[in-house]
Amino acid sequence: MFDFSPDELVAIRLSLKVAAVAAIASLPPAIAMAWLLARRRFPGRALLDALIHLPLVLPPVVVGYVLLVTMGTRGLVGAWLLEHLGIRFAFRWTGAALACAVMGFPLMVRAIRLSIEQVDRRLEHAAATLGAPPWKVFLTITLPLAWPGVVAGAVLAFAKALGEFGATITFVSNIPGQSQTISAAIYNLLQVPGGESGIWRLAAVSLCISLGALVLSEWLVRRQRGRETEVL
Amino acid sequence: MLDLDLHLQRGSFTRQVRIQSDARVLALTGPSGAGKTSVLNAIAGLLRPRSGRIVVDGQVLFDSERRVDLPMHRRRIGYVFQEARLFPHMDVQRNLRYGGHVQAQAARFGFDAVVELLGIASLLQRRPRNLSGGEAQRVAIGRALLSQPALLLLDEPLSALDAARRGELIPYLRRVCTETGLPMLYVSHHPDEVQQLADGVHVLE
Repeated sequence: MFDFSPDELVAIRLSLKVAAVAAIASLPPAIAMAWLLARRRFPGRALLDALIHLPLVLPPVVVGYVLLVTMGTRGLVGAWLLEHLGIRFAFRWTGAALACAVMGFPLMVRAIRLSIEQVDRRLEHAAATLGAPPWKVFLTITLPLAWPGVVAGAVLAFAKALGEFGATITFVSNIPGQSQTISAAIYNLLQVPGGESGIWRLAAVSLCISLGALVLSEWLVRRQRGRETEVL
Repeated sequence: MLDLDLHLQRGSFTRQVRIQSDARVLALTGPSGAGKTSVLNAIAGLLRPRSGRIVVDGQVLFDSERRVDLPMHRRRIGYVFQEARLFPHMDVQRNLRYGGHVQAQAARFGFDAVVELLGIASLLQRRPRNLSGGEAQRVAIGRALLSQPALLLLDEPLSALDAARRGELIPYLRRVCTETGLPMLYVSHHPDEVQQLADGVHVLE
């Protein structure tokens, strides 16, 4: 049952790459955005909050289309990036990662923001009175204490990226080796007669990956909590 | 030593607080709600007064007329809060050293001397959650001293402790007062507690 066809192996490897890159690359902006929303009051905050959540409520196809129009080779941003930095998103795995990152971003920001909000501000104040400038307070107090939320956010984004379908296929299509992730490969197999065994194999693989990611994140969070409470 | 003239906003009315004192260890007392903690917070930079001036040892920390408002981390004000506020993800040693990076050569208080003064040598490897209230408060005092402050604020550091722990901590506080020579502002609503420690008393109504 588990002898994968070359196309399936390619799809699995691509999915892992796309999901990992999407989750890791969105971490820095997600942490920055979460901190901004959790700790700062500024005009337009509610609007920013709503904008970040848009991918959660928009049809994925719409998100994919917006990406196609803006980040495609003739899109406003996409053309500039291609010309000046040589970065190409359209019909590449990088585009799939971008689509997955956008779709997973709200989930990631939510998880991190909640955990930043739970960090006791009095500890941050204590650090400031000890001479720590704001960036140091953030890096040494806020971020380490919000760590479980950061891990949870990254895992959520990774899982979301594995399952992402609509935005990816709209933006970068379904090209084996470039943009055909597990979901897209399953969709392809649904269209051909006799594809059931392939579908089962890929479904089993995505189940294993998602389960593994969840277990890993649970372990990371527990390890951190254990460090804080360990008895000597 | 300390020259304050503050207008603090409190809900709909403002309160004026004026303190001018040359006492090295000044006790600040008064009934609860008199704004003792607010005064400390204003000095530390946690609370911005509506207007006024804060001068500590000749250094202007805040002056609304001259638009001076030093950020918290540049004020060199050590603050011992009612609760110890130790960082839970660091052991005692790292807590103590947290503020220690500041002007290493101008260090007035050395690590070993502070550890010795407060009797916390045996606690260095422990996590804050495994400390008693009195131990945690001693570590908090040490942490504040090691940030090399120009003024130490103590906000009822005994109030979160039971009577036994209180008795345990008072000798350490007295040692900090007499042996460090550091200017201090000590908030308490127990007059007897401050009489043993302070050179002067300011009462807020």
